[in-house]
Amino acid sequence: MAKNTSSSAFRKIDVDQYSEDNFKEDDGDQGGPAGPDENEVNSLLQKYPFLHYNTRKYMEALKSVLSNAPLGSKNQQVKENAVNLTLRVLLAVKPSQIEEAVNSLSPDLIDILMKYIYRGFEYPSEGSSGHLLIWHEKVYNIGGVGCIVRVLSDTRRA
Amino acid sequence: MASPTVINLSGSIPVSCFAWNGDRTQICVSFSTPEVYIYQKQGSSWDKIHSLLEHDQRVLSIDWEPQSNLLATCGEDRNAYVWKLESDGKWKPGLVVLRINRAATCVRWSPSGEKFAVGSGARIVSICYFQEEHNWWVAKNIKSGIRSTVTCLDWHPNSTLLAVGSSDFHVRLFSAAIKGVDKRPEDTSWAESSQLRTFGSLLHTWKSEVDGWVHDVAFSPAGEVLAWVSHSSCVCFVHSSDTSKILSVHEHSLPYRCCMFANENLLIAAGHSCAPNLYKCAGGEWKFEKSLDSGAKALSMME
Repeated sequence: MAKNTSSSAFRKIDVDQYSEDNFKEDDGDQGGPAGPDENEVNSLLQKYPFLHYNTRKYMEALKSVLSNAPLGSKNQQVKENAVNLTLRVLLAVKPSQIEEAVNSLSPDLIDILMKYIYRGFEYPSEGSSGHLLIWHEKVYNIGGVGCIVRVLSDTRRA
Repeated sequence: MASPTVINLSGSIPVSCFAWNGDRTQICVSFSTPEVYIYQKQGSSWDKIHSLLEHDQRVLSIDWEPQSNLLATCGEDRNAYVWKLESDGKWKPGLVVLRINRAATCVRWSPSGEKFAVGSGARIVSICYFQEEHNWWVAKNIKSGIRSTVTCLDWHPNSTLLAVGSSDFHVRLFSAAIKGVDKRPEDTSWAESSQLRTFGSLLHTWKSEVDGWVHDVAFSPAGEVLAWVSHSSCVCFVHSSDTSKILSVHEHSLPYRCCMFANENLLIAAGHSCAPNLYKCAGGEWKFEKSLDSGAKALSMME
């Protein structure tokens, strides 16, 4: 046989990457916040629920994790940490106080919150889904269907 | 609120695209098929008077030029045709040399009526003009920067600027003046005349932070405001006075599919939430004003 068939390395080339029609996503970090400060959020969470005159601390913790959400980051570890921290905050807030927390947020933070609620559904723990469903209902009352559509269509994922 | 006029053409088959003629006495429609029909208003009803059968696959967009009465159609068969009403009362298709290898998704006549733009899945916008000596329409292509299917187009009133929306989440502004067809371009609030002289140059790119496929793009009547609606349930506006700022309205409803300006300060948008909504500009800010269709019941299958 001819010499040039002795190597089968050509079978391992991914020809699709050379196709002109490939849609290439924007590369690299898109900027934006680098993730919430874990220490700050932990200290805020510890102060709530023990000191009843500090119950506003959960709202600060919530605003902190949402404003600093690393949505534009490509670093998976940073995103993992942010998801875990945000879920801790969400699950720590008492159901009776969820509505008040949601009402205090700006429309942009409402959209970000809905993204984390859906992420939370992906990793259920004991009783977490029921708790998140209450969050979902309250956020839906403010953000409507559009808020959920943005969770699906926005390329910056939680 | 006045109730809308209902034009019932087909019973319950969805109308996928349509265009009015110049004086709104005729309407040209397609029902997600390769056939195109023209209906004429007779009193309070509408009669089918013409069938335009040339496309091989679904027609995706129709536009009717009001002054010359020329009809442009384009579709999934990668073709576009310009139809002319001949003296014998029949519509004859004219050849458009498009040479694209994907579906032609949208077609729009320029306000001057001398050329039209065709967007396609080939990530190209073709500006077509008539060549007298060959009796056909020739295309000049705009490609720069478009990375996915062109979903929508709109011309600036000066017929030189073209806004292009795409499923790559961006809206782009191109110069589309053709030497020999258009007059020498003048300065506009969006770009200077020197930038407009190069055909197909990319003048601006916009992408809102919360992105999604761009479903429709529209210039205001005087051309000073550009608006688009995207699949992220957002309506975005850019004023020519500050092209770096995108004014975005996040909606509570399902995404809009189409939008058009009523005047410089009023935009109408409609889509998956069915009722058309009005947006108003006050003090430089755009806000939802009201719905134009109050509490319509869902159509029953028997109607």
